[in-house]
Amino acid sequence: MTDPVTEPAVPPPTPATELSTPKEAVGGWLQTLRTGDIGSLPIIIGLILIVIVFQSLNPTFLNAFNLVNLCLQIAALGIMATGITLVLMLGEIDLSIGSVSGLAAAVLLVTHVDHGFGPLLAVLVAVLVGTLVGTIQGSIFAKIGVPSFIVTLAGLLIWQGVQLRVLGEQGTINLPPAGTLVRWAQFSFVPGWLAIGLAALVPVLYLLFSLLTRRRRAAAELPVIPLWLPIAVAVILFVLLQLIVAKLYLDRGVPWTFVFMVLVVVFFDWLLRRTAYGRKIFAVGGNIEAARRAGINVDWIRISVFALCSTLAAVSGVVAAMRLGFANQQSGSGETLINAIAAAVIGGTSLFGGRTRRYAPLLGALVIGSIANGLELLSLSSDVRLIVTGTVLLAAVVIDALVQRSRTSHGR
Amino acid sequence: MSGVREPILAMRSISKRFGAVQALTEVDLDVYAGEVVALVGDNGAGKSTLVKAICGVSPPDTGTVTFAGREVRVESPHAAQELGIATVFQDLALCDNLDVVNNLFLGRELRRGAALDEVEMERRSGKLLRELAARIPSVRLPVASLSGGQRQTVAISRSLLGDPKVVLLDEPTAALGVAQTAQVLNLIERLRDRGLGVVLISHNMVDVRAVADRVAVLRLGRNNGEFRIHEVTNEQIIAAITGATQNVVSERVARLREQSAGDDPLAAGSAEGGA
Repeated sequence: MTDPVTEPAVPPPTPATELSTPKEAVGGWLQTLRTGDIGSLPIIIGLILIVIVFQSLNPTFLNAFNLVNLCLQIAALGIMATGITLVLMLGEIDLSIGSVSGLAAAVLLVTHVDHGFGPLLAVLVAVLVGTLVGTIQGSIFAKIGVPSFIVTLAGLLIWQGVQLRVLGEQGTINLPPAGTLVRWAQFSFVPGWLAIGLAALVPVLYLLFSLLTRRRRAAAELPVIPLWLPIAVAVILFVLLQLIVAKLYLDRGVPWTFVFMVLVVVFFDWLLRRTAYGRKIFAVGGNIEAARRAGINVDWIRISVFALCSTLAAVSGVVAAMRLGFANQQSGSGETLINAIAAAVIGGTSLFGGRTRRYAPLLGALVIGSIANGLELLSLSSDVRLIVTGTVLLAAVVIDALVQRSRTSHGR
Repeated sequence: MSGVREPILAMRSISKRFGAVQALTEVDLDVYAGEVVALVGDNGAGKSTLVKAICGVSPPDTGTVTFAGREVRVESPHAAQELGIATVFQDLALCDNLDVVNNLFLGRELRRGAALDEVEMERRSGKLLRELAARIPSVRLPVASLSGGQRQTVAISRSLLGDPKVVLLDEPTAALGVAQTAQVLNLIERLRDRGLGVVLISHNMVDVRAVADRVAVLRLGRNNGEFRIHEVTNEQIIAAITGATQNVVSERVARLREQSAGDDPLAAGSAEGGA
């Protein structure tokens, strides 16, 4: 009965030793690839392919001018994808985010233009409308037990109706072309020196935190990552960011809305992975019964996640309206919803819940945004755009399902 | 031994009724520190009901529970955990998508400022698993990639983080292979060595024999015998589980025994009146 069994034991603590040589690290990474954990590799390869295809079809694709436009275009998408990522993490879906973003755009315009609210107040009201919508939908889902699919499908219609009612007879409301809101979204760019500084600061901060964590782990006699790894990552990050900044400043530079979107993505990534609240979202998405038995307030997690998702959808609608300079009955309709879900899934968020890759909304928004932008440059009609976007979403979901199956067969 | 020491957990005259069904009738159960007591019985004998009564999921209608010398009411799972009664349920309640550390600390994460203190959690996880000599390849593996025995090990280890006095294990070896069962049984012995009172619910007589010090039998919601493991045969336990001599299995056993050896003192074991 006390015979040793076949499984390997916990390795004895080896204080402050390095895990592996570069060769072993690559081997370990290949190992995880084989077990179905394919990392962000497919999306990066996909992104490179997209760039190659569009660049060869139209040489203006990689122009500084077009890349700045791309940054402006994907800001709203990335913010909305961040929200839907949270809901997908629970293994749920929110189909109302497009309508909510449209409603928020309408509320922003009506309060600001028709009722003379100050820009900040109008934005705040529009965003809070989103929070309210999400709280209502989340409560119906969590407390009454109506499937989220149905609640938010109803929401899709209801909030679109409310949007039309808010817009009233006017149909389309324009922002004052030289007003604060338009200036924020269309004409605010990070000053060149600041962009270069930030692009240098990010890798330095990354290196600093990696080394601090490494030291704490060494002090606690836990295995640590090899020293070269964070240094290499920091160097690559530094070169990459400086190149991007240099390219973008051939034109107008880095838009503040893009920086804002990246900050939203990074903040929610931190929230998901580094806080107790995020850990609870993972737990509810992984095994709801286990989460309940661990004393997690599942209803609260569900309601708060739906509230956050709708809030971010409203923020996204506000950003989009500010960039376009108007809101109308079409705001937030059409591909808005499907693009956000596609971005989240392509970025590596599982529809089965409980799994997402780092910065999935940002990477996904880059892919979806590049495709939309590239197709627009080719001045193809919307039929091709719809077919291509739908196909990309389908491909992402198929990959997700295949990865899931591979995980199951490898017991991951 | 049990006559001298105070039990850490003593349940007296526990009764529980679900509508027309009397699930438990005047059941007594003692759990001592540093002892494994196996709770056995046929399906519907009341094992699960008794476990739920102990761990606060479904408190008993009548009867008293004394924990560490104090009479207590255990009205909720949370209250049971506060007292120091940890329960590992049959369906493991682990999150497949989280790694071992995160599962161990699920619901009681350590923080450092606003963020989680991953370093300290990982350190304590490693320490706990080493103390239990648990065989887990890495505490940073998602539990989905662990074997059944390793998952059960994580589930049991997790219950220990609350520093309990009594651990209830509901069928911990069900659906495990031979080596994995051995692993879990080793772990149960280590819980006993740490001075915990362990209640082991099991159908498997081999497992019960391997680790239990005492066997408490339930039949039709009543106590039906309590034995020290070294003073009882499997046949006697099975007889108590199934309802003694009128049962075909025990009749067969008795018949064989009569044929083989007349000097066997066990044939007269009074299982039916053991309580």
